[in-house]
Amino acid sequence: MEKIITMMGPMLDGVNVTLQMFFITLVLSLPLGLLLSLARISKYKPISFLVETYIWLMRGTPLMLQLLFVYYALPLVPYIGIKLPDFSAAILAFVLNYAAYFAEIFRGGIQSIERGQYEASKVLGMTYVQTMRRIILPQVLKRVVPPISNETITLVKDTSLIYVLAMNDLLRTARTIVQREFDMTPFVIAAVFYLAMTLVLTWVFNKLEERYAAYDE
Amino acid sequence: MNMLRLKNIHKKFNHLEVLKGISLEVAQGEVVAIIGPSGSGKSTLLRCLNRLEIIDQGTIEIEGEILATEDTEGKCQYVSEQKAREICFKMGMVFQQFNLFPHMTVIDNIIEAPMLVKGIKKELIIPEAEELLKKVGLFEKKNSYPSRLSGGQKQRVAIARALAMKPDIMLFDEPTSALDPELTGEVLKAMRQLALEHMTMIVVTHEMAFAREVAQRVIFMDNGDIVEEGTPEQIFNNPEHPRTQAFLKSML
Repeated sequence: MEKIITMMGPMLDGVNVTLQMFFITLVLSLPLGLLLSLARISKYKPISFLVETYIWLMRGTPLMLQLLFVYYALPLVPYIGIKLPDFSAAILAFVLNYAAYFAEIFRGGIQSIERGQYEASKVLGMTYVQTMRRIILPQVLKRVVPPISNETITLVKDTSLIYVLAMNDLLRTARTIVQREFDMTPFVIAAVFYLAMTLVLTWVFNKLEERYAAYDE
Repeated sequence: MNMLRLKNIHKKFNHLEVLKGISLEVAQGEVVAIIGPSGSGKSTLLRCLNRLEIIDQGTIEIEGEILATEDTEGKCQYVSEQKAREICFKMGMVFQQFNLFPHMTVIDNIIEAPMLVKGIKKELIIPEAEELLKKVGLFEKKNSYPSRLSGGQKQRVAIARALAMKPDIMLFDEPTSALDPELTGEVLKAMRQLALEHMTMIVVTHEMAFAREVAQRVIFMDNGDIVEEGTPEQIFNNPEHPRTQAFLKSML
């Protein structure tokens, strides 16, 4: 028991890093994903093609490779190359990656809204922006809650990839202690933390779904 | 005064010509019923009026303002998006599939566009919206979501929603075709009421009895053309064209 308590200090620091990665990534990648989805369905072919290519790149290569690229290779790129500290590099890679997945989820949601909703808005005199903001996107949010919830739970666990940048998140901290003390308890503690975070998220998304259940379609 | 003037409207879907040079004028307060077999182009014609469909050729004039016309080379030109929107929201439209906003209550469905498009304050539009709901007999449903309503109730809300924009012309695109037969009556009643208030109405419909009773003019369309038009008595009692005769016979 005493041993567990001494482990908890560094483990909680690890949880802190993991949670920061998680929240910052989520808060930045959701709006970016929404913007990308709107660009993806744009009538202007060059824009939608550009975003399509971007999404293909982001979904077509491992997140770990993207992490390594942003941290080690980006500084070497001429003109735009900058050397980011490890935390910023990790956030940048995660946001770029997750925004691509969120964009596809939003796109699916937007395209699932019946044409009649656009037509009704149009004949009532609404502009495209008004239609999207007041009529289409509120309905999209209801439809994308389940896939967004899925992706968000994956994000909690994906944050453990930052160990490749030698950042001390929950999992890397656990492994360090295991290797030092020859005691497997930190793995169990780490698992409990991940499960707890997922439990909270599941609860939050269930609440969201309940709220949206106010209306049927 | 002409509320609406169409000249030589042509519309193609890919290679299929669905409107083959339609000309039509509708006077203020007139109720026009457009009948015809499915695929005759009658819904497309209606949808061209408020640019849900873009015409390939011809002129559209709404209350004296040009929405689309031909340039010197005979190519169809629409006015600017902003201008077109201003012209078009003088026309309310009711759809076959209602197209209510499912995430909003009945009252919010009605007040959304006046607030958003015309910038009317909520406290000013609510009493008007409630009046409209009373008129279509749905005041007690004002806080319900559309999914809780029957088809007939939905369509009456859709009519109220369109009226809240204070349109000068109402377009009805087969407003009762998606309804169970026992629910069409309540919708037709609301439309009859509008006609009595001298609303200019263009109604694409399969309800021959309604067309006969309420319309001042009936237009029979077939295969992208206006085949015959006249008063309900002329069209229903003494149709001249063989295609009109065949269609009306099939409707019995």
